[in-house]
Amino acid sequence: MENRIANAFAKKQNHLLNVYLTAGYPTLDATVPLIETLASSGADLIEIGMPFSDPLADGPVIQASSTAALLNGMNLWVLFAQLKDIRQRVPETPILLMGYLNPVMQFGMENFCREAAAAGVDGLILPDLPLAEYEEEYQDVFRRHNLRPVFLITPQTSPERIRRIDALTESFLYLVSGPGTTGGGTTQDPTKQEAYFERIAAMNLRNPRLIGFGIGDKTSFDRACRYAEGAIIGSAFIKALEGKEDAPAAAREFVESVLN
Amino acid sequence: MNYQPNARGYYGEFGGAYIPEMLYPNVEELQENYLQILGDPEFQREYQKLLRDYVGRPTPLFEAKRLSAKYGTRVFLKREDLCHTGAHKVNNTVGQILMARRLGKTRIIAETGAGQHGVATATVCALMGMECIVYMGKIDMERQRPNVERMRLLGAEVRAAVSGSQTLKDATNEAIRDWISNPVDTHYIIGSVVGPHPYPDLVARLQSVISEEMRKQLHEELGRELPDYVVACVGGGSNAAGAFYHFLDEPSVKLIAVEAAGHGISSGHSAATSVLGKPGIIHGSRTLLMQDEHGQITEPYSLSAGLDYPGIGPLHAFLGTSGRARFISIEDEQALYSVAELSRLEGIIPALETAHALAALPQLGAGPEDVVVVNLSGRGDKDLATYLQFADKLNSYDF
Ligand SMILES: Cc1ncc(COP(=O)(O)O)c(C=O)c1O
Repeated sequence: MENRIANAFAKKQNHLLNVYLTAGYPTLDATVPLIETLASSGADLIEIGMPFSDPLADGPVIQASSTAALLNGMNLWVLFAQLKDIRQRVPETPILLMGYLNPVMQFGMENFCREAAAAGVDGLILPDLPLAEYEEEYQDVFRRHNLRPVFLITPQTSPERIRRIDALTESFLYLVSGPGTTGGGTTQDPTKQEAYFERIAAMNLRNPRLIGFGIGDKTSFDRACRYAEGAIIGSAFIKALEGKEDAPAAAREFVESVLN
Repeated sequence: MNYQPNARGYYGEFGGAYIPEMLYPNVEELQENYLQILGDPEFQREYQKLLRDYVGRPTPLFEAKRLSAKYGTRVFLKREDLCHTGAHKVNNTVGQILMARRLGKTRIIAETGAGQHGVATATVCALMGMECIVYMGKIDMERQRPNVERMRLLGAEVRAAVSGSQTLKDATNEAIRDWISNPVDTHYIIGSVVGPHPYPDLVARLQSVISEEMRKQLHEELGRELPDYVVACVGGGSNAAGAFYHFLDEPSVKLIAVEAAGHGISSGHSAATSVLGKPGIIHGSRTLLMQDEHGQITEPYSLSAGLDYPGIGPLHAFLGTSGRARFISIEDEQALYSVAELSRLEGIIPALETAHALAALPQLGAGPEDVVVVNLSGRGDKDLATYLQFADKLNSYDF
């Protein structure tokens, strides 16, 4: 079945930019204008973070944006209402939802997938959903709604496990750049990091790769793109929106600064 | 009924390991090694020796005669308050530090609520000469000041968790984030039967010495190994898991888990997870969880810093929903009354957490012939500041 994620990787083989935003941040209604701006200013994929009270894998910046978004009144009902007409405004750019499993479980996985597919979402990143539980309980639902799961890979992930993840994936692999939560300048030294990226590149996996965590500007983006098809920027983008009156203008400026 | 977790760590529908990939290698390493390490005779020799010579085990089983007379039943107290560092928590930390050493880890992290687990962790780290970092909610650091100072004196670094409600849940979040950032050299000594598999089972096994001793001591004292009731408070549920463990398959033994109702179950300021919780995921485990309709975890409340956790261990979620254990919730006021009561009737000042278990005594329906064992999980020294704050009330009761 056709999927916008596959199309994006077919169209462009390198320097794909995936930008993460937190739904409902900096204001409740900022979600859709930000998606539109990201798409029109050159982001190749867009990841919408569904805010959670206890984001275990996130550093201070995304934690704070999640807290702010929840205080702004964001929740899954509001988000799906906001995304209702998004495909009229942003027809091509792949959109992924990223978040923790608990709010999704309370919404109901079947309902969640149905709503996501109806809104034109292409992929789901649920970092605390274990592979075995995905295969046994949720793979069917995902497939029925043509939603592609994305799984994370870290420097510690074993080769066997990487192969298993690659086999379960029909979108891209999310390479976590080093140990740490989102936004952290990783403590990994560059030679070790390069060795890790090269080791994964040499595995000849069937899915393309995007590198994330700690990518924040043109320099780090270009560097990541030497080892993968593209990279993911989250915390640095959220930071760029902090305290800005005109969030879309700040978003455009940020994306252009990374791509040009 | 089987009360042991399956290979993937499920007790019925509860448990599992819902963790981001960054934690997977660490957790998998533990999953693959913990049973083998626990079963290794050399490990057991070291562990048992430390329990005896360092922790001070076996802890006594004390028949509380005046309390018994008051409630018309035979009340025994399992004196975990007499463990080194003042609570049951050290049973777990002694075992886990030995395990961490075997796994080649050099750096230890922990979360703490009341500070008892933090102190117990700092203690064994001092003993083994290992680096120790304890995460503690900022609010808990204020209300459990003496324990913060104890940890520092023991050489640990105490880091304040300033997110969320700044209590136990948030300290646990910060500890997990630390583990994500330090995946190779660090072992996370979790303080209760919570977290991803294998922690709930690992901690339950390390605490199971409590019920193992109870059986022996009851046999020596009464000629019968089985009590009619075992009562324990539940924050995450480690002292309760230890007190219940060797009675799980004895249906005649009624297991009573006591939660903190705070200001009252429907007050909006409570930590009674078994009543207020729905299945959800917290700290890598599928369990009963206090949350709003959108699946956001809600802030629990209890006067006691060790019971205000919005979840319970998956074993307890299973024991509660399957009917094997009965859950009772106790409000702040009732717990304070029990603090005064045990102090005045038996000369034992209990921890505020433990007082919740004692406060359940009148609700058991136990008769004069019944044997009730209350797990006295900890002593009250750490709570003196709180007890001072309520001194007028505590001194006003008549016994
Ligand atoms: C004395 C005492 N009892 C009970 C608890 C609650 O923990 P758990 O439910 O894991 O036994 C604590 C936690 O800090 C404690 O210090």
